[in-house]
Amino acid sequence: MTAMTREETQALIQEVLEVYPDKAKKDRAKHLAVNDPSLEQSKKCITSNRKSLPGVMTVRGCAYAGSKGVVWGPIKDMVHISHGPVGCGQYSRAGRRNYYVGHTGVNTFGTMNFTSDFQEKDIVFGGDKKLAKLIDEVNALFPLVKGMSVQSECPIGLIGDDIEAVSKKKGKELEKPIVPVRCEGFRGVSQSLGHHIANDAIRDWVIGNRDGDTSFATTPYDVAVIGDYNIGGDAWASRILLEEMGLRVVAQWSGDGTLSEMELTPKVKLNLIHCYRSMNYISRFMEEKYGIPWMEYNFFGPTKIAESLRKIAAFFDETIQANAEKVIAKYEAEYSAIIAKYRPRLEGKRVMLYVGGLRPRHVIGAYEDLGMEVVGTGYEFAHNDDYDRTMKEMGDSTLLYDDVTGYEFEEFVKKVKPDLIGSGIKEKYIFQKMGVPFRQMHSWDYSGPYHGYDGFAIFARDMDMTINNPCWKSMQAPWLKSAEGEVEKIAANA
Amino acid sequence: MPNVMIRRNDGGDLLFYVAKKDMEETIASVEQDTTDTWGGEVLLTDGSRWYIDPISPPPLFPTTLRFKRADD
Repeated sequence: MTAMTREETQALIQEVLEVYPDKAKKDRAKHLAVNDPSLEQSKKCITSNRKSLPGVMTVRGCAYAGSKGVVWGPIKDMVHISHGPVGCGQYSRAGRRNYYVGHTGVNTFGTMNFTSDFQEKDIVFGGDKKLAKLIDEVNALFPLVKGMSVQSECPIGLIGDDIEAVSKKKGKELEKPIVPVRCEGFRGVSQSLGHHIANDAIRDWVIGNRDGDTSFATTPYDVAVIGDYNIGGDAWASRILLEEMGLRVVAQWSGDGTLSEMELTPKVKLNLIHCYRSMNYISRFMEEKYGIPWMEYNFFGPTKIAESLRKIAAFFDETIQANAEKVIAKYEAEYSAIIAKYRPRLEGKRVMLYVGGLRPRHVIGAYEDLGMEVVGTGYEFAHNDDYDRTMKEMGDSTLLYDDVTGYEFEEFVKKVKPDLIGSGIKEKYIFQKMGVPFRQMHSWDYSGPYHGYDGFAIFARDMDMTINNPCWKSMQAPWLKSAEGEVEKIAANA
Repeated sequence: MPNVMIRRNDGGDLLFYVAKKDMEETIASVEQDTTDTWGGEVLLTDGSRWYIDPISPPPLFPTTLRFKRADD
């Protein structure tokens, strides 16, 4: 199928909206749009960061997921206490594959779950005493812990516990930073507010900790990698490129990151933001308070990597700029070979994406390097500034869907018939059963890393492995095949 | 009266950012933009108008300032 025209895409959206009652239709219509790269502002065509419609299936998370799961969780040498009932922490434990180096349970705590395990009596009488006891216990059992964060679950806000007071008192007693985070799940419309709350907690409780301390020897080439969560080792694959350029990566936020790295970040010369959605807040704050410039970069696919490396180098002197060219040249043979190998197998394939807050636009370049085309993209919890940035990356008349519902996404896929879908675990099995090749783009389908030149090799291999997998030809049971042996895609019949 | 963070973008233009609204617009014109005062009515590229009492001497960007809506 060739690319759809503007009218066809518009008609498709109308058709999909047809099943909704009038009120729901009116609401959902604002979240579905046909891309027009010539528009400067997304708010003219798409609405985002609004409350999900009751009754439809959304895949959004909560503020606690945004704070504990995304921003704070990967900080490896701190204990992140899931304060409240046991489930929130336990069912999300170690699910995000934020790789780290260290001895779990000794000096790192990334994959462990700490919870205050709220019972009825804690709801009735308050949980502050329990929290204080828990903090003491953690400190006694794990003396190498560098600090703690208290990640509130819903009941904490509802019963009005004063976690700030407990944290302050215990922090003084133990002489370790204890950070209360008011990320109760009911706040906001999605995990996005959790990111913001987590950023604000870092701003208030961590960033200024070493303001008067000049013992850290700085260099003119200090940078911080912000918003890389080291999924499957992403941050490591990014970091080596920056180090080869002659930059010194002082901090990784927050994949494989430590508390002291975060405290030292105000001393760097440049903040590099990968995930804009979850960490732009703290970057803007550091720009204002410490005068540290920040820039967004993109390490998916050789075209974007080269572009980003040059843009980063432009902040520094000629040596770094020359080094950037050297790095690009060094890896050229490697990535050209990958493109030569996989491009013929993937050329012209069409992809639909639906991911969180950054990848729907960042991976477009990587797919284009492989000759693939992204025909539809959407975010779970993006804001308008993300769509501003996305519309320029996407082709004309492609489909944009914000906080897409289960029904809409299925219908879009049936009509657009992409060759690959990149989304999360909740979508995976539905589309695989419909016979559409699928890759998880949150967790890289337990593969990775996908960042950097090393990651691109894995990315290309994984996409090829998924799309050209022989299993997609065997979707129909042999006894259902027609006499001519013509295999019809189940998706077409559904 | 939102808190607005003003910063320069790569092109040197002033950006008007309201965190709570995720609004990131470019400033088209400022009523008083001289060496000793900055402020007054601020026109954004999306057509909205905002007001701030002129500040003297002009603030150093990036900074956070409180603006009022000038439309209503």
